[in-house]
Amino acid sequence: MNTFEYERADSERAATASAFAARRSDTNARVHYLAGGTTLLDLMKIGVMSPGRLIDINGMEPEHGAIEADERGLTLGALVRMSDAADHDVVRREYPAISDALWQAASPQLRNMATLAGNVLQRTRCNYFRDVSWPCNKREPGSGCSAMDGVNRRLAVLGTSRHCIANYPGDFAHVLAALDAAVDIVAADGTRRSIRFEALHRLPGHTPHIETSLAPGDLITAFRVPAGPWTRRSRYLKIRDRASYDFALASAAVALHIEDGVVREARIGIGGMTAKPWRSQEAEAVLRDEPLDEARASLAAEAAFANARTRPDILFKPELGRRTLVRALLEAAAMEVSHG
Amino acid sequence: MNLVIRVNGAEHAVDIDVRTVLLDLLREKLALTGTKKGCDQGQCGACTVLVGGRRVLSCLALAVGVREEVTTIEGLSGAGDALHPMQQAFLEHDAFQCGYCTPGQIVSAVACVHEGHAGTDDEIREYMSGNLCRCAAYPNIVAALKTGKTRMERP
Repeated sequence: MNTFEYERADSERAATASAFAARRSDTNARVHYLAGGTTLLDLMKIGVMSPGRLIDINGMEPEHGAIEADERGLTLGALVRMSDAADHDVVRREYPAISDALWQAASPQLRNMATLAGNVLQRTRCNYFRDVSWPCNKREPGSGCSAMDGVNRRLAVLGTSRHCIANYPGDFAHVLAALDAAVDIVAADGTRRSIRFEALHRLPGHTPHIETSLAPGDLITAFRVPAGPWTRRSRYLKIRDRASYDFALASAAVALHIEDGVVREARIGIGGMTAKPWRSQEAEAVLRDEPLDEARASLAAEAAFANARTRPDILFKPELGRRTLVRALLEAAAMEVSHG
Repeated sequence: MNLVIRVNGAEHAVDIDVRTVLLDLLREKLALTGTKKGCDQGQCGACTVLVGGRRVLSCLALAVGVREEVTTIEGLSGAGDALHPMQQAFLEHDAFQCGYCTPGQIVSAVACVHEGHAGTDDEIREYMSGNLCRCAAYPNIVAALKTGKTRMERP
């Protein structure tokens, strides 16, 4: 591991001020915020990331480490640990898909360390990205993509480009995309903004090394999930090689508002094979104002994967994705949900 | 960098390279070699310790970032030679073969009980999935955890 400068910032103001100062003194400063560290330290150990300076923001937990819920929705502080959000009573009751996605991710130890913002910003698990001896357009722009004709069964079929087929590996982010969450951000100069969660991550296109719309020094402070009659009837179904402690091969986040047997609103996220956190409004449109049965769910699944692009090793994934979505929809429809 | 860190009830002042992870600090600087280095990349759980009472992976934690008390396998047992009930249960159930993953398993098991995630066999398996055992002593680990839990909860 290359060495780095380390400092603790015990408030949001101290963190952004430090990032701002580092950028001013050296525009090439490779400054990173350090929270749970489970992605960053891992990638530093294998040489994929080599920050020049780490700003440890764990001390701003009193400012941005709370979970709050009211009639407008759920606010999750950036520094909430995955395990705490997964086990939170209101999250489990009112937004079960969020709890589902979190407790099925990583391991208990990692969930105790990793923060929600860090989870959302985790990097791909593509082996060619993680092994610096291989060309990778994401790690080294213009060097080529080894995954195209390599071992790629864990990679993406939706949102890919001819420069990168890396898979976004997380779970929680697909639920945030499906539920149309917002992301609160404070810039290094202290300016605040809020963006739609779907605008946080970028498609690879010609620039797979640029993964988000965050500028250097930007700090995520919270995720805000709007309330809606669909959040209680929501779930996250994760399909993987191992029954636990594994990344998704396919997953589906679904939230349904069903009234008198008819779907009034549907929210759908797709994971395990997408280049970024993925919401399928195409599939949602197929479900809206119709009764939900297996035939209708299959039509929605067709719509969700209509634009899938496969490679030789990943021919199975669109079908696995369709079946996963159909099962998730039927299970969500069958959930017993109390109102009031 | 100079650092003061509290481990198993004692404070230690150490001078370390900023890159040192908690695992290496424990093993190399404090001679607490009970905590094991398995994969060293957050995938096996052999390095599990408690920080502020919560189980974490010491291989992915920068030592300079540790803010709360660390408890390792050496810190679980009581005065003298008395074993922690979970350690005793692992012995009685023969919940290991080579034993390399065992300190991590036991620390994780203690945390699993405290978290309230040891209600059923399935729940134990799910919430112990971050601790791999290449000898596959899993059935005995589940049995040991249940016995350990019962004794931990005894008033």
